[in-house]
Amino acid sequence: MDTRNIVIVGVGGQGSLLACNLMGRALLIEGYDAKVSEVHGMSQRGGAVVTYVRYGDKVHSPIVDNGQAELLVSFELLEAARWFELLAPGGTVVTNTQQIDPIPVIIGAAEYPENLLGKFEEKGAKVDAIDALALAQEAGSTKTVNIVMMGRLSKYFPFKAETWQKALEETVPPKLLEMNKKAFELGVNA
Amino acid sequence: MKSLLLGNAAVARGVWEAGAFVTSSYPGTPSTEITMNIAKYDEIYTEWAPNEKVAMEVAWGACIAGRRSFTGMKHVGLNVAADTLFTISYTGVNAGMVCAVADEPGMHSSQNEQDSRYYAKAAKVPMLEPADSAECLEFTKLAYELSEKYDTPVFIRMCTRVGHSQSVVELSDRVEPPLKEYVKNPQKYVMMPAFARARHPIVEKRISDMTEMAENTHLNRVEMSDNADMGIITSGTCYQYVKEVFGDTVSVLKLGLVHPLPVDLIKNFASKVKKLVVIEELDPVIEDHCKKLGLAVTGKDIFPICGELSPNIIAEKLNKPFNKGQKAIDAVPMRPPVMCAGCSHRGLFHVLGKIKAMVHGDIGCYTLGATPPLSAMDTTICMGGSISGLHGFVRAGGKNAVCVIGDSTFAHMGINGLIDIGYNRSDSTVIIADNSTTGMTGHQENPTTGVNIKGEPCGKMDIEMMCKACGIERVKIVDPNDLEETEKVIREEMATPGPSVIIAKRPCMLLKSSKPNPPLAVNKDKCTGCKMCMKIGCPSLSYKNGKVSVNSTLCVGCKVCMQLCKFDAFTEKGE
Repeated sequence: MDTRNIVIVGVGGQGSLLACNLMGRALLIEGYDAKVSEVHGMSQRGGAVVTYVRYGDKVHSPIVDNGQAELLVSFELLEAARWFELLAPGGTVVTNTQQIDPIPVIIGAAEYPENLLGKFEEKGAKVDAIDALALAQEAGSTKTVNIVMMGRLSKYFPFKAETWQKALEETVPPKLLEMNKKAFELGVNA
Repeated sequence: MKSLLLGNAAVARGVWEAGAFVTSSYPGTPSTEITMNIAKYDEIYTEWAPNEKVAMEVAWGACIAGRRSFTGMKHVGLNVAADTLFTISYTGVNAGMVCAVADEPGMHSSQNEQDSRYYAKAAKVPMLEPADSAECLEFTKLAYELSEKYDTPVFIRMCTRVGHSQSVVELSDRVEPPLKEYVKNPQKYVMMPAFARARHPIVEKRISDMTEMAENTHLNRVEMSDNADMGIITSGTCYQYVKEVFGDTVSVLKLGLVHPLPVDLIKNFASKVKKLVVIEELDPVIEDHCKKLGLAVTGKDIFPICGELSPNIIAEKLNKPFNKGQKAIDAVPMRPPVMCAGCSHRGLFHVLGKIKAMVHGDIGCYTLGATPPLSAMDTTICMGGSISGLHGFVRAGGKNAVCVIGDSTFAHMGINGLIDIGYNRSDSTVIIADNSTTGMTGHQENPTTGVNIKGEPCGKMDIEMMCKACGIERVKIVDPNDLEETEKVIREEMATPGPSVIIAKRPCMLLKSSKPNPPLAVNKDKCTGCKMCMKIGCPSLSYKNGKVSVNSTLCVGCKVCMQLCKFDAFTEKGE
């Protein structure tokens, strides 16, 4: 198979590292060659974070370049706009509709852009938007936004349901497993 | 067994599989996870050292004792360890010693973009450069063999994209190399002039032997294509980008040994292709080598020296069509990193901004004090540079200046500057922002925390006593969340002649031991929308329709905003 390119973006602190590890486990269980690129360090301090996921028979580059991503998964709406250029023609934006104001908006130096979902569609992207924050609350913690979104993302992979369950068991601390399984399911069914 | 490992974790695995016994490192993005992963192996004694120089010496001492050892650092850490490096190149090793150094093209979390390959060249130490996690593991193990065979420390050159991406590796068991008994040999290990003069030719012979090895080692690999139009010499991540863009349609010479570089291998490769291209990030090291061999080569004439390369850049420069992607909107508001809600540095920098101090800054989370709206930092260069820089600034007549340095950075290199201030008595006010952790790199322990890398209780450097021992009589401790007291003490110490230290002490809010207070709320009737509280840039505050509100999921009740409000608009919930 050709290599598939997925980009997962969000705000530092939203749990992209865990999402990254979950993705990696699932790909390994399914037996693919895979590369999952993470972000550490300064950008985790509430900054914009981007994670690249690539899998197939043989994967070379660890990053996904502009115009190459089949799926752009965003834990926060503005971040989908920031990284939109990564999307391949006809690609899909899978996004949380939650808005987290960045510092320039907080201090009044910029405005949070309006009607972003419409803008994505105008540019030819397919849009799959859910309120992951509400679903995370329903699962038991706003901290499970990442897992809700990964549940949503799982719909775009031809993996067995057990694969994701096993990957969750291997990446989430045992005492938080039930809550995260629920968050994942809510994402799938949203 | 197959596993998906971060490049950094794969280096750690390689260190373990090679039977290493001792690891000493200082954290630094993007190298930190190597040592954090090594610490998970019980067979290896692992520690955080106060700085990279110490770490490299610990690793060297361990290899002289006859056990394989490791040290890992970021590129700028190698500057600190350079003094050690250049001379352990002369002494060589006993058991194998490997040093991983992580370069950071693109400066995701660094202050410069230096190319560590120059160090390998200058210190005459071999350097291997893996291109994925599997090579990270394989090359690390091989590095120990080369280290022992050629009697030299060996570098593994990492970069952000290799160290911070997970890919598939094949795991093996650990070998247990026998102890290589230490034998007294001052001619080899005591580098005074007479002995060092005898060692230098040995180093020259070694690098010449290794150049011969470079011609045949499987670390360097030729992948010939049927199409002989273009041949690309590359290494590390750039190799992956080249394969991504061209697949098997161009010939590639992939260099796994980036110092010393082969001669005949490169000349032969060049003779088989019409156009020779070198693709490397940062400086033209391989390219210059090719030019020295008299080869016509394309490299930095078309590829940038600054920043990272990418598949699209390579495709564009070599005229291969690619998808460009398009922007969704013209201007997306920036989302720079910020101090966390409840960060103990926020109050301190608000006060420094208020009194309009000239602030020499340092490396850590608190460097974010330079960014709006706090904008209260004037300089930042390197680990520990704030204290010595302040001393020079003051000695030249600079006014109204202080410096800010974190606890871990103080222990790293800051102490040296403070010794200078204590000794030479400038009117310097040094502020140590002690948040009881190494925050920016992900909360590593350090000599001031009293806990070691494995989470066990250990020795603890007392910052206050250390300052006094450096000759600073005036050492004050303040809580940076108490704005009034912090301002009073800073003003006092700046006005008092002679050196002084203020320890702004409050643990990082992200530490498990830090218990958040209940979130605050805003009484909308009292809030006048004056935005005074917005001057501290707290991510939990926002301003809409003339009123401020608190994001209760982010707010940890530090009450810094509350102290700024002249209208008592902030309330503790439940009141």
